Amino acid sequence: MEAHATVTTSGGRSVLERSPLSRLPDRVLRWGLAGLATAILIIIIYFFVRLIGQSSTAFSHIGFINIFTRNNWDVSQLQQGAACTTASNAGCTFGAWALLLGSLITAAVALVIGVPIAIATALFINEMCPRRIRGPLTILVDLLAAVPSVVYGLWGVFVLIPHLKGFQQSLANTFSFLPFVGGQVAGPSYFIAGLILAIMILPIVSAISREVIATVPPEHKEAALALGATRWEMIRMAVLPYSRAGITGGAMLGLGRAIGETIAVVLVIGDSPKLGHSIFQQGYTLAAVIANEFGEAASTPVHRSALFAAGLVLFVLTLAVNILARRFVVRGERGQRNSGGSGTVAPAPEPEAAPA
Amino acid sequence: MSALTPGALPMVSRRRRVTDIVMRSVLALATVVALIPLVLVVYYLFHKGLAAWGGKFFTSDPNGNFLGYAGGIRSAIFGTLEMIGLASVITIPFGIAVALYLTEYGKRSRYANLIRYFVDVMTGVPSIVFGLFIYIVLVLGNVGGTGFSAWKGSIAVGLLMLPIIVRSSEVVLLLVPDSLREAALALGAPRWRVIWKVVLPSASPGLRTGSLLAIARGAGETAPLLFTAVGAQVLTGSLTGQMNALPLQIYYDIQSPRDQIVTRAWGAALTLVLLILALNLIARITSRRSRLA
Repeated sequence: MEAHATVTTSGGRSVLERSPLSRLPDRVLRWGLAGLATAILIIIIYFFVRLIGQSSTAFSHIGFINIFTRNNWDVSQLQQGAACTTASNAGCTFGAWALLLGSLITAAVALVIGVPIAIATALFINEMCPRRIRGPLTILVDLLAAVPSVVYGLWGVFVLIPHLKGFQQSLANTFSFLPFVGGQVAGPSYFIAGLILAIMILPIVSAISREVIATVPPEHKEAALALGATRWEMIRMAVLPYSRAGITGGAMLGLGRAIGETIAVVLVIGDSPKLGHSIFQQGYTLAAVIANEFGEAASTPVHRSALFAAGLVLFVLTLAVNILARRFVVRGERGQRNSGGSGTVAPAPEPEAAPA
Repeated sequence: MSALTPGALPMVSRRRRVTDIVMRSVLALATVVALIPLVLVVYYLFHKGLAAWGGKFFTSDPNGNFLGYAGGIRSAIFGTLEMIGLASVITIPFGIAVALYLTEYGKRSRYANLIRYFVDVMTGVPSIVFGLFIYIVLVLGNVGGTGFSAWKGSIAVGLLMLPIIVRSSEVVLLLVPDSLREAALALGAPRWRVIWKVVLPSASPGLRTGSLLAIARGAGETAPLLFTAVGAQVLTGSLTGQMNALPLQIYYDIQSPRDQIVTRAWGAALTLVLLILALNLIARITSRRSRLA
C-alpha cells in the first residue's frame, strides 16, 4: 500500500493505475453496451408514439370511445365525413366492438380448455410420472410450442374444421341451454379458434406451472405425506396452494399470447365482421382483422389507420395483461417465500426458481 | 406410500383412495390429451406433406400458372434462410450485448431492472404488432427507397427474437462463476478483456443454445413478414426487394382453391417444421454438452 501511494509516474498517477489511454476501451465498452440497452427502451417508446400518431386518423373519424363500443366494422359502408352519433350509425364504420369481443371470446375459450390441461400436465410431470420419462415428456410438451402458428392454421383449416363439424353441432345441441351456445354451427368458428389457441398456449402455461411447482419445498410435501395424505391430497393441500399465484401468472401470460395470436386465428375463425350469436359461429379478432384486411386497406388511408388503431388496442391490451401477469409470477415467487405457505410449516430456505 | 403394507397402518378410507386414484388418472389422462394435437399435427404433416415432396418441389419456384404444375418452394426456402440469416446477424450480437450490460455493468441497479422489465414487455408483444411497427416506421417512411423489402422483414423478425436472446443470454452469463472474473481482474486484465477472453468463451455454448432457439422461433413467424417482405414468387438474392418465405408461402397457399397448391402448403409446412425441429435439436445438443456449473 505504501508503494502504491508513493511511487508515481511523471503524470502524478500511481504506477499500478492504468494510463488514461488503456482505460479508454473499457469506457467505450461500458457506455456502448449501456447505449444498446437504452436503444431497446427508445425503440419501444418510439414505436408506441408512432402507432398512436398513425391511428389518430381513425380515432378522429369515429371518435375515441366509439371505436370500442360501436359494433360496425363494415368497410363497404364507409362514409367519409359522416358523423358517428348515438342517433346515426353512418359515420361509425370501424367500430371495433365485435373484434374486441372476438379476441376476448377466443382467448376465454382457449383458457377454459387449455389451462386445466396445462396445469394437469405440469402436475403429472413434476409430481407423478416416473423420473425416467420426465425429461422426454417435458420435451414433447415443449415441442407444441415449436410448431409455427401458420402450421397450426393449416392443420386447423384442413383437418380440424372438417373433422369437428359434427362434434361442434352435437356440443351446440347438448349445451344449448347455456348462453351463447346452440343454433346452427358454422365450420370456422370462435370455438375452433379457441381450441387451436388452447393448443398453442398449453406449452407456456405448462412450462411456467412446472417451474412454480418445482419451487414447492419438499418439506411441505413430505409433511403432508407423513400425516397420511394420499398423493392427490398432497397435491391439493401442499402443492397447489403454494403455487397458486405463480400458476395464475402463467395462465395470464397464456391469455396475452391468445389475444395476440394472429395467423392461426385468421385462418380458422371465418373472418366475419359481424358478431356471431354463439361461440360456434364465425367471427373476427383484432389481430385477425389486421392480417386479413391489410392488403385492401393500403389504398384507403382511414381504413389503414383503423387497422393501426386495432393494432394499438391489441398492443395496449396485451401489455396490460402481461404486466399484470408478471405481478402474479413475482408475487408467487416472493410472497410465498416470506409466509412459507401455510404458516404451520417452517419455511425452508428455497432455491431460486430454476431458469429454463 | 406404496411401502405401507395394509396390516401395518390403519387403511386409508375407501372414499379417499378412490378420489386419489381418480384424480391421478385424470392428471395422467390430461397429459395424454395434451400430446394428442402434437401427434395429429405430425401425422398429417408427414401424411400430406410427403405427398408434395418429390419431383421439382425443391428446385423450382412457384409460378402462378393456373394450369399445370404450380411450382415448388425453392424461393421460399432461400428467402427464409436469407431473411432469418440477416435477422440473426443483427439481433444476436445486439441481444448478447444487452445481456452483457445487464450482467457485467447494470447488475441489480434500478436502470438495469427497468431494461429487464422492458425486455419482458417485449416478449409479450404480439408478433403482428412488430410487423405494424416496422411497416409504419420503415415501409411507410420508404426508408431505403423501396417500400416493401426483405431487410425490413428481417428487422421485424429480429425484434421478435431480441427479447428471447437477451433473457436466455442473461441467464447463461450469470452462470459464469464470479471467481473466474475476479481471477482475471486480479491478474490485471482490463474489464473488456475479461469479458472478451473469459466471460464470453465460458458462456458460449449456452449463448449458442439461446440464439438457436430464438432463430427457430423467428423462422416460423408469418405475421411480421406480411407487411414487410410481403412475398414474391421468384428466387432473389436482393434484400432490398420483396422476398418469399416458407411461412408466407404456406399462408398464401392455404387460401388457394387448387388442391395442388394446398398440397404444396403441406409440403412447405413439413419442410418448415423439420427445419425448426433441427434447430431445436442442435440447440438441445449444444446445451447438453455445455452445462457450465
